[in-house]
Amino acid sequence: MLGDLLFWVLAAVAVGAGGLVFGCASMARATYALLAALSAVGGEVVLLGLDYLGVVIVLMMTLEMALMAVFMIMFMMSPSGLSPMSMRHNTRGAAAICAGVFGLLAAGALLAPWPERAGRAPADPTRALGLSLMGPQMLTMTVLGMVLFATIVAVVVLATRHGRYDRPPAGAREAARRGGEVG
Amino acid sequence: MAEAAPLWWALALPPVLAVAAAATALAAAPAGHGVAPLRELARRRRRTVAADAPLATLGAVLLPLAAVSGAVVLPLGFRSVSDLAVGVVWFNAMAALAWPAVWLAGWGPNSALSLIGGYRFLAQGLAYEVPHMLALTTAALGAGSLRVGAVVEAQRGLWFVTWMPVAFAVHLLSAAAMAFWGPFDRPVGRDVAGGAAGELGGADRLSFLGGRWLLLVVAAGMAVPLFLGGGHGPLLPAWCWTLVKTAAVLAALLWLRRRLPAVRMDRFAAVAWTVVTPLAVAQALVVAVVVLGR
Repeated sequence: MLGDLLFWVLAAVAVGAGGLVFGCASMARATYALLAALSAVGGEVVLLGLDYLGVVIVLMMTLEMALMAVFMIMFMMSPSGLSPMSMRHNTRGAAAICAGVFGLLAAGALLAPWPERAGRAPADPTRALGLSLMGPQMLTMTVLGMVLFATIVAVVVLATRHGRYDRPPAGAREAARRGGEVG
Repeated sequence: MAEAAPLWWALALPPVLAVAAAATALAAAPAGHGVAPLRELARRRRRTVAADAPLATLGAVLLPLAAVSGAVVLPLGFRSVSDLAVGVVWFNAMAALAWPAVWLAGWGPNSALSLIGGYRFLAQGLAYEVPHMLALTTAALGAGSLRVGAVVEAQRGLWFVTWMPVAFAVHLLSAAAMAFWGPFDRPVGRDVAGGAAGELGGADRLSFLGGRWLLLVVAAGMAVPLFLGGGHGPLLPAWCWTLVKTAAVLAALLWLRRRLPAVRMDRFAAVAWTVVTPLAVAQALVVAVVVLGR
């Protein structure tokens, strides 16, 4: 009973906040509305009994959205987030696509012949998840980790203005005069 | 295994933490200064032009909320309000809410200096979060469980601090950085006129600055169950040991505070990624090898 109630409340928050993302004229509001929606999804995952995954979703999304807000404002609002902007482009086309996709997914969820549950949930889903990730899926995880790490390093290398050894000494004004970043 | 705590503990948690935070703040205040922030209760909120007031207030409220939510898994003796199965990750997730909280408080007032404070905290967060996660992982690894009660239980004989000193030090470092306190207070530094807290007034300011002390107390308190054996100790009852150890950790932080220079977040990031993170990984590796060999 309480579980059902929580499910519906979280579902309403997730959908409502998700909709709000497109209703906000401020990137900061849009990003944090998205965070609210994703946190509600994390709550739903906890309700499924997958505590670890649910809490990790909240943790990761919090950190990601905090950083994403910076990039969203930097690249999408102008100038520097001081004037409002709309999250909606190609309104009619987007609405048609969204309605189509939603209808498709809803029809799939309602009409598909879902299989009966085979076996029982493990006593400790976190442990089962860890064994799966570090067992059969080890290769996937290792490759994924390396690719992500290489991406991070590459992005930092591309973004930084100066090389490895030519960092300006403390208090150097010259870098700032050249238009370099201000520490 | 930790016993279930009575329900009223949940209600008692916020006021108890508030008292602890106020006591810490009083102990840290220079002689002659009272609890100035309490005066904020009688003041109005500060208004700025074209501010996003709801977001600023959300940021100010979120900070103490994050600290109290994280404290749910903090055991007093061997009992906590809720000994969640994934308590260590829960604490990490709640502490991470400080990121949006500080940034929102900085963004909301539509003021350049407070926004700089918010951005500073995100830069600092990027520096402390990875080593901190590794330190938490190390403690959980040593116990073979993400349950805080199980981590305490695993330290019945030997405290984790004895064979995970690096993880312990990283945790304390992160506690100060997370609460943007002491050497890590650049996000609310004087050079940016108070930074993220600069434009907050009245209840918002009290909530934000109080939340900062709460976060420090909770993060320092978390070092006790993770590394200092929780309620384990001779003679005294378990709850008493928890209090004594928490007070000792806080006292150590306060003592260190004035003896360390302020750390600029970009310098801290360089050290955190090139020195602290590899050290934390090496510590985790040592613990993993020991656990495998047991």
